[in-house]
Amino acid sequence: MFNLEGWQEIFETIGKNRLRTFLTGLSVASGIFILVILLGFNSGIEKGVKSQFEQDATNRIAIRTGVTTKGYKGLNPGRFIQMRNSDFNETSLKYQEDIEYKTSIYSIWGGQITYGAQSGNYRVEGSHPDQQFIENQDLVSGRFINISDVDEKNKIAVIGMQIQKDLFKGEQATGKRIKVFGINFLVVGVFTDPGGTREENRVFIPITTAQQVFNAGDRIRSIAYTVKMSDNFDEAVALSAAMSENLEQDLKTKYSVAPDDRGAVRVNNTLEEAKKIYGLIDTIRMVFWFIGIGTIIAGVVGVSNIMLIVVKERTKEIGIRKALGALPSSIVAMILQEAIFVTTIAGFIGLFAGVGLLEIISPMVDSDFIKFPQVDFNTSITTVIVLIVAGALAGYIPARRAANIKPIVALRDE
Amino acid sequence: MIQIKDLHKSYHMGSGSLHVLKGINFEAQEGEMVAIMGSSGSGKSTLLNILGILDEADQGSYFLDNVPIKDLNEKIAAKYRNEFLGFVFQSFNLINYKSALDNVSMPLYYQGVKRKLRTEKAMHYLDKVGLADWATHLPSELSGGQKQRVAIARALASNPKVLLADEPTGALDTTTSYEVMELIQGINDEGKTILVVTHEEDIAHMCKRIVNLKDGIIISDTIVQQVSAKQQANV
Repeated sequence: MFNLEGWQEIFETIGKNRLRTFLTGLSVASGIFILVILLGFNSGIEKGVKSQFEQDATNRIAIRTGVTTKGYKGLNPGRFIQMRNSDFNETSLKYQEDIEYKTSIYSIWGGQITYGAQSGNYRVEGSHPDQQFIENQDLVSGRFINISDVDEKNKIAVIGMQIQKDLFKGEQATGKRIKVFGINFLVVGVFTDPGGTREENRVFIPITTAQQVFNAGDRIRSIAYTVKMSDNFDEAVALSAAMSENLEQDLKTKYSVAPDDRGAVRVNNTLEEAKKIYGLIDTIRMVFWFIGIGTIIAGVVGVSNIMLIVVKERTKEIGIRKALGALPSSIVAMILQEAIFVTTIAGFIGLFAGVGLLEIISPMVDSDFIKFPQVDFNTSITTVIVLIVAGALAGYIPARRAANIKPIVALRDE
Repeated sequence: MIQIKDLHKSYHMGSGSLHVLKGINFEAQEGEMVAIMGSSGSGKSTLLNILGILDEADQGSYFLDNVPIKDLNEKIAAKYRNEFLGFVFQSFNLINYKSALDNVSMPLYYQGVKRKLRTEKAMHYLDKVGLADWATHLPSELSGGQKQRVAIARALASNPKVLLADEPTGALDTTTSYEVMELIQGINDEGKTILVVTHEEDIAHMCKRIVNLKDGIIISDTIVQQVSAKQQANV
C-alpha cells in the first residue's frame, strides 16, 4: 500500500491540483493553529495563577485578630482582641501533630531603616526561623533568623533584595550594620521572594528582639502555620480546613468572641483558596481543550467534506482508473494517502505557526495572570497524533465511497 | 476469443424493471473486427459493458479467452480488465491533469510495471499512433482526433486480447473519424480482436463483420467486405 510508486502518483496528483490541496490544508492548519494558541494561553494562565500563589506557601494558615463587631456574653462590641505569646505556644502545642512550620509575628509598618547616608521606610517583622518557609523565601546571601537568635534576642536582621538595592546601591549587605529606629542591627542575610518587589521590601528580625525593641511585651500581631502535606491533595485540604476551623473556635472561646463575629478573629486558609483556584484552572483547561477538540473536529469534518467533493469531482477519473485495472484497494489507498498526507503537512504547518507565534508574543505578554504562554512537547506530540488519526478518519469515508464507484456509472457521468 | 450464450440483463429503475438484453448469443474469433450496430436503446452499450467486465449479466454465460467471466469479485474483475481488455470511449476519458504519456502508462502502472519500463512502453505506443512529439502535452492541448489516438495508445499499452471501442468516432468529424478508423484497422491487421460499437453505417462497414441489435436481441449477423478507411478518406 505504501510503495514508492504510490507516493509518486500522490505527489503528482497533489502538485497538479494545488488550489484544492491548499483549501483542504488551510482548514486543518487553521484548526491546529487555533488549538495551539488556545493551549498556549491555557498554560500561560496556569503558570500565571500558580505564580500568584507561589509568593507564600500554599498550605499556609494565617491567624489575625481585630476589633469585635458584636456583643457577646455581656461584653460590648468594639473590644480589641490582643493575641499573646501564650496563644502561640498553646496552639502550637495542641496542633503539633499537623503543623509543619510555625511562627508568630510582631510587625511594624513603616519602620525607618538607615544605612550610612541612605534611609527609607520599610515594614519590619519580628518572626521565628520558620517564617522563611512559610513566606516561600530564598536566601540570596547569608542566613535566615535561627533559634538561638530568638532565644538570645540577637539584634540581627534579614533584609529583602529590594532594600539591598535601595540602600546599599549594589553593595553586599550581609555583614553590614543597619539602624532600625536608631538601633544597630547586623544584616545576616538577604532574601528574595517569588511575590516580587512588594514582598522584598521587608526586614525580618527575631520575634523576641522585636517585642523588646518595640516595647511590645508578650504581644503578637499574627500567627502563621503551614499544615503537613500528605500525598493526597484533598486530604491535605480537609486537614487544613478542619485545623483552621478548630483554631478559630479555640480563640473565640478563649476571648469570649461571638461565634459569628468575622472581624475579631480571622483565620485564613490558603490551601482551600488554592484548591478553588486549581479547580478553576482545571475548568479553564477543560474548556480550552473542549474548544480545541471542537475546532479540530470541525477541521476534520471540513477535510472529509472537501475529500467527498474531491471524490465526486474525480468520479470519472476513478471510473477510468478502474476500467484500466485499478484495484479497489489501490483507490482507497490513493484517496486515504492523499488525505493523511495533506492533513499531516497542513497540521505541522499550523503547529509550527502556532508555536512560532507563541514564541514571538510570549515575552511581550505582560500580565500577572498570564505568564509565558507556551505549548510543551507532549502537547505538541498529542496534537500531531490526533491530527494523523483525524486525517485517516477524514479520508476513509470518501475513500470507501470512491472504491465503490461503478466504472460504468462513472464513465456515463458527463 | 469471445463466447456468450443466452445473455440476459435487466435494469431496475424505481418500481419497474427494464429488460435490456433478451438472450444474446455471440461468438468472435481471434483477429476479428466486429461492428455492433443498433439504434439507441437497442442494448449495444449494455452488451459492451458486460463484454468489458464493467457490468455483469443476470443470466447466461460469458467466456473470454476461455476464462469464464462470472461472479467475479472487484479485485479479479480489475485484474481481468487490465489483462484482457483495452477500452476506447466516445468521450476519450483521458485523465485531464496527466500528460499524454502518463495517460498511456496508466494501465501499466496498475500492472505494477516499474516507472522506467512503463515510460518506455508508453512512448512506444504513442509513437505507434503517431503522437510521440506530443508526449508531454496535456489532453486539453490536443485536438479531438489526437485525444482519441492517445486513448487508443492507452488501450493498447497493456497489450490486451480484445479492444473494445464504444462509439470511438462519435465525437469526431468525418475526416478525423476516418483517420482514427484507419489506425484501428491497422491494429486489427496486426491480429488484435476488436469490437466497435457504432450507429454510423460507414464506420460499421470498415469492420469485417456487422452485428445488428434491436430491442435486446441480435437481428442480423453478417460478414461484410471491409472498406479501407484510407481509401474512403481519399474519395
